[in-house]
Parts: sequence; structure tokens; C-alpha cells
Amino acid sequence: MFEILGKRVLRPDVFLARVSAPAIARRAKPGQFVIVRAHEQGERIPLSLADIDVKNGTITLIFMVVGKTTRDLATFDVGDEIEDVVGPLGRPTDIERIGRVVLVGGGFGAAPLYPIGRAFKEAGNEVVAILGARSADLLVYEKELGSVSDRVLVTTDDGSKGIKGLVTDALKEVLDGAGLVMAVGPAIMMKFISLATKPAGVRTIVSLNPIMVDGTGMCGACRVSVGGETKFGCTDGPDFDGHLVDWELLMARQRTYLSEEKQSLEAACSCGGGEVVR
Amino acid sequence: MSDKLTRTPMLEQDAAERITNFDEVALGYTEELMLKEASRCLHCKEPTCVDGCPVSVPIKEFIALLKAGDYAGAAAKIKEKNALPAVCGRVCPQESQCEKVCVLAKKQAPVAIGRLERFAADFELANGFEEPAKPAPTGKKVAIIGSGPAGLTAAADLAKRGHAVTVFEALHKPGGVLVYGIPEFRLPKRIVEAEVENIEGLGVEIRFDSVAGRLFTIDGLFEEGFEAVFIGTGAGLPMFMGIPGENLNGVYSANEYLTRTNLMKAYLFPEYDTPIKRAKRVAVVGGGNVAMDSARTALRLGAEKVYLIYRRSEAEMPARKEELDHAKEEGIDFRFLTNPKQVLGEEGWVAGLECVAMELGEPDESGRRRPIEVPGSEFTIEVDAVIMAIGTKANPIVPTTTPGLDVTSRGYIAANEETGATSRPAVFAGGDIVTGSATVILAMGAGRKAADAIHDYLTNSKP
Ligand SMILES: Cc1cc2nc3c(=O)[nH]c(=O)nc-3n(C[C@H](O)[C@H](O)[C@H](O)COP(=O)(O)OP(=O)(O)OC[C@H]3O[C@@H](n4cnc5c(N)ncnc54)[C@H](O)[C@@H]3O)c2cc1C
Ligand code: FES
Repeated sequence: MFEILGKRVLRPDVFLARVSAPAIARRAKPGQFVIVRAHEQGERIPLSLADIDVKNGTITLIFMVVGKTTRDLATFDVGDEIEDVVGPLGRPTDIERIGRVVLVGGGFGAAPLYPIGRAFKEAGNEVVAILGARSADLLVYEKELGSVSDRVLVTTDDGSKGIKGLVTDALKEVLDGAGLVMAVGPAIMMKFISLATKPAGVRTIVSLNPIMVDGTGMCGACRVSVGGETKFGCTDGPDFDGHLVDWELLMARQRTYLSEEKQSLEAACSCGGGEVVR
Repeated sequence: MSDKLTRTPMLEQDAAERITNFDEVALGYTEELMLKEASRCLHCKEPTCVDGCPVSVPIKEFIALLKAGDYAGAAAKIKEKNALPAVCGRVCPQESQCEKVCVLAKKQAPVAIGRLERFAADFELANGFEEPAKPAPTGKKVAIIGSGPAGLTAAADLAKRGHAVTVFEALHKPGGVLVYGIPEFRLPKRIVEAEVENIEGLGVEIRFDSVAGRLFTIDGLFEEGFEAVFIGTGAGLPMFMGIPGENLNGVYSANEYLTRTNLMKAYLFPEYDTPIKRAKRVAVVGGGNVAMDSARTALRLGAEKVYLIYRRSEAEMPARKEELDHAKEEGIDFRFLTNPKQVLGEEGWVAGLECVAMELGEPDESGRRRPIEVPGSEFTIEVDAVIMAIGTKANPIVPTTTPGLDVTSRGYIAANEETGATSRPAVFAGGDIVTGSATVILAMGAGRKAADAIHDYLTNSKP
């Protein structure tokens, strides 16, 4: 069991939980993730690490309420315990001294970029962060990411903050001279970032988020196609070369259980007013 | 036929009924049926059956105890050699082991040894165990990686000798393939739970969510004070065929399909949160127990039609005979000498499977005749899910994070067959991670041999 020591509502549908997991914190590196099972009837879902605190023995998880599991997790309070947290899983992000590193976070993708950005900064890079959301109130982790970046560019679709436009628009301003672009967020955003950096020939790393079960290479649910080869997202990734990813396949596979997810939420709502079994 | 010629059938759920539920298919013997079958044993002076058993269960002796009405004694007798009899009575391929070499098998049906084993073990589970006397603690700590049959057996044997045993398991439940792979209808999970509780009763601690090579390393365990390590991590990596369309939605590895259903209880969705596609027409590719389990699971999840595609003929199928028979009774459509060429898709989803007919050529390195394609025989079956049950390979997480641990050319851990000793001192390994996918009983046998060797190492040879 993994106790929740801190909880914050970052926006009505995005939550932060600081979880006691000393053994995981000791081993975890930026870019890795954990698999979480909220309770005995729960599904196993991957969540990125938005912070790793070795001293206090905690890891920070950020999640947006999209399905049943994240909705259940959102009801957990400080003092509640998560049934299972498995990790750290996946390969850590390769941290090297490159020069200028551009981090692009879409939606709450900014959160996992925070420990990654900190590591790039500590390795002596110039870190430029680009954060994008539909509107200003949907931005998360701007302050945290800003604290490890030399420069932060914000974009909003409606122009309520920063540049009016998409993260790809901001990218144009800083791509020149960049040695690496790393994008974390919705697949569609990572796809367009990769398309934008390809002509410029700037190495682009993306953190993929396919459906997972075990997270240790045992089931193959997380298959992605990279450079024409099938890879397992959980053990070969989550980081891959964005220029080689088959985005259509990733997005199709992410939609596998859309109708079941709806059914799951509906069933939960009709049989207990959103009560969670723990 | 007289009783002497035929073996006593086991009670079973009717095929039409059972494909609508996940309850156990084979219901076992009643006392009366058990006694009838036990009476067929000739008590050979020099029994051959025991030679067929990979762990040398004293078969004639336990059957004699059954006949004498000492059921607890029979169970205890089996447990001298086999730590998980209720499991083995259900899933061992007896027809190619003990029952194959039963003297009766020459002229008539062999004694149903597996069913008798199951009776004794179930009796014990239902009536409680005698708590074994707690051995004096040796003060030595042993770590076991993986809670499959190999790891559990090694853990039990070492705990019985007074060592402090901790099992590290990657998943959230113990049992390995017994919980995530083999379905409820063949091996009820309460049986596995009871066997595990039993082992925990010996003082074994199991830590879940603990992935060796990620949360900790083998070297780290030694730093923490463990004096020996047994690796029983299984052969958990699913293989795919590498044919076009294999990443379409609706193509599953058998591991994923069975894990979702068994470990995560997707058959109880939405009561349990994990979903699985309730496909109507399913093709399962493969010919082993895993393929049978997948096909029969698909039926129970509501499929109207389930094909089993196997590239060799029925005679070469590695599945247990009972599973094959059960699958046939349940209406699985077997397509022998058939191999998939590509998965056809529509809007990202499986829509069909293109297959080709095969014929058997010269024997290959496995001694079985090699299947070769019949040119121009391609045909397509309409399906909305495909399950690949064509085998597994070694998971590299532990070897790649353990310097000096030698692996074979196929990535399995290189270990001494008799002792489980690896290239690293104080590190032992056994089960599927050494042999490649094999059987529960072989994994248990390996766990037992390694426990003996670890005990010997800790008491005699450790510097
Ligand atoms: C669907 C299916 C049906 C089968 N049917 C039969 C049958 O009828 N009869 C029969 O005899 N055999 C059968 N088998 C084969 C049999 O189950 C295996 O040979 C046996 O379970 C192997 O035991 P094991 O202990 O070596 O490994 P496993 O049972 O695979 O257990 C390994 C355990 O180690 C854990 N693990 C893996 N990596 C790590 C890590 N890095 N850190 C911590 N833990 C880890 C795994 O989660 C797992 O719990 C079947 C197999 C399958 C898949
Ligand atoms: S999540 Fe199962 S193999 Fe990656």
C-alpha cells in the first residue's frame, strides 16, 4: 500500500498526488513511469513521474481524469492508500550535455517534463520550455517547469496567455540552434512537433503513452511501431525517436477501449453515486 | 468394457453449460469414484510410474494410503516430493509422464494418477493442514525472485529448513502463470491462493509490486544482507509472428488476453475495471496449452465462433490431451496444417485472417515433421480478434541488470541442471527462465533442486 502524503487540484480535471514510495524514489530517474492500481477491482494504468524526492521518499504523480481509474484516484485524499504502485519502469530519458534543449509540454505533459528539465539543466544545457494549452486556465506546472528552464514560452489557442497559437508556432522561434527537442503530451501534439522538427533535422524525442497492463514486457499491449519495427512501449520506451514513430497506429491503439471506458464510467455512476470501493 | 479396462471418468460440467461460465470444468472424483479408480492400481513391486514423474512422487504409496482411507496421509505422502499437489493434479501433462509409463497402459487405460492426486490434495485443502513444526531459524536470509511454481517451491523448501525467505514478485498477486495465465475454469484461483497461504504459513514473506532489475538489483539484495538468491522469473515475453497487420486493434498476445481475463478479471467487467474486447469471431494461433486456454476463454467471453489455427497436425500438438478433448467438446473449430499469412484490417481493427494450408515435410530439429506451405492455397477467415499463442521468450530485465550472470544464446539464464547454480556465486535459477516455457512440475522440480543446493551452500560451502 502506498500512502498519499499530499494532494493538489491543479485544475478541475487534473490532480497531483505526492505518494510515499521510498524504494521507488531511490531508484527512479527522469523519464520513467510507474504502474498504478488504485484498488482491488482496479485496472493497471501507467502514470509518469512528475517529481522524484529521494530525501522525503516520495514520488509525485499527475493525472487527468479521463477514465474510471483516474476518476477513482481523484477521490483519494491525503492519508488514503493506493493499492499498488509498481516501478520505476521504462528506460530513463538519456540526459546528456547537448547545448540547447527545447522541452515541449502539451496539456499536463508539462508535469513529467519537470524532472527531465531539471536533469538537462543540471547537465549544463540551456533549457527552453514551451507550454501549450487551449486557454490560460488549462495550463499546469508552468511555475515548476519555469524554475528549471532558462526561458519559458507559453501558447494558448485562444490567446488568453502568451502566444496565440499552437506549440508548433512557438517552436519555430527557438528551433534554430536547438540540439534536441523533447515532447511530452497528447499523441497528436507529439506528432506535429515531430513533423515540425524533421525538416530542420533536429533530434526529437517523444515519450509515448500506449495502453499498458503489466509494464514489464510481459503482455505486448503497449506495442508501438518505430522505424517499421514493433517495439514495446514499456520496456523499449517510453522515449522514442519522434521522427520514426507510426503515429496513426499509436492513436488507433490508444482508442481500443473507448467504448468500454464509457461503459465502465456509466456502470460506476449508476451503482453507487460515484462511491469507490477500497 | 469391464472396470479393469476403462478408467473411472471424472465428473465434469456439461460442455454446453460450461462455455457460459468461468467455473471449473473438471469437478474431480467423489470418494466412491476415487476408491473405484484407486482399486485399479496393481501396486507393482517395481513401479514404473514413478520414473515418469519429474519429481518422483511416491505414487504407489499414496494410492495405497487412499485405498486405506487415510486421505490426509496420502496428501502428506505426495507433499514429500510435490509442494503444489492440488495444482499439479489439475495441470500436469500426466499422459506424457507418470500415466504414460503405468504398466496398465500397455494393455488398457493407465491408472488416472493425476485425478487421484487431485482428490488427496483437495481433501487436504478442504480439511485443513497440520501446521508443520517450526524449524529453528538459521538466521540466514534468502531472496526469491518470482512467485511462480519454481519460486514458490524453492521458498517453501528453504523456509522448512529455517531460512528467512523473502519472495519478490513483480505483479500484485502470487502464483506466476498459475494466476495470470491458466484460467479459472481449469485451475480455480482459490486453489492457488490456498497453496500460497500454506507457504506463507511457513514464514515466507511475499513482497508484491517488486520488479527485480527495476526496483532493486540482485547485487543490491546482497548488500541488504541476503546471502543467496534464487531467480524464477519465468519465460514471460510474448512472441509475435512478424506478419502484416499484427498491430491492429483486436490482435492480442495470449499473455495479454489471459492476463486481462485471469489476473485482472476482465470477465467480470465492469465490476472489475479492466476491459477486454468481447469479440464474436476469434482466431487463436498455436497448438499448446496456452492456445487451448485462449480459445476456451474466448468462448466464455461470448465468442460465437472460435478457430484454432495450428501449422502442424493434431498428432504434434503439445497441449495436454484433456485440454484438447475439452476444447473439442466445447466446439472449437480446429484448423490443423494451417498457418496465418497476414491479419486483415478495417479502420484499424481486425477484420480477417489470411491463412495458407501446410503439409508436413522432413523432420526438423525438434524431431517433428516440418510444416511447409502449400503454394496457392491461401484463404481468408472472417474474424474480429486474433490471439497469438505461439510461444514466449526470456525477459531480459534481470540478466541485463546483473553483471556476470551468463545467459544462453536464446537469452535464458545458464544454470546447472542439477543445482540451479549460475555463473554468479550464491545466485541460483530455475524454471522457465532457464529451460524456456516448460511445465509446472518441471519448474517445481527445478525450484526444489535449487533449494537443496542453496541450503547446502548456506550450511556447508559458504565462505
Ligand atoms: C496459459 C498457460 C497455460 C499453461 N498450462 C500448463 C499446464 O496445463 N500444465 C503445465 O504443466 N504447464 C502449463 N503451462 C506452463 C507453466 O505454467 C510454466 O512452465 C510454469 O508456470 C513456469 O514456472 P516458473 O515458476 O518458472 O515461472 P512463472 O510461472 O512464469 O512465474 C514467474 C514469476 O516471476 C515474476 N517475475 C518475472 N520477472 C520478474 C522480475 N523482474 N522481478 C520480480 N518478479 C518477476 C512473474 O511476474 C511471475 O509471477 C502453461 C503456461 C501458460 C502461459
Ligand atoms: S505493458 Fe505489457 S508488455 Fe508493455
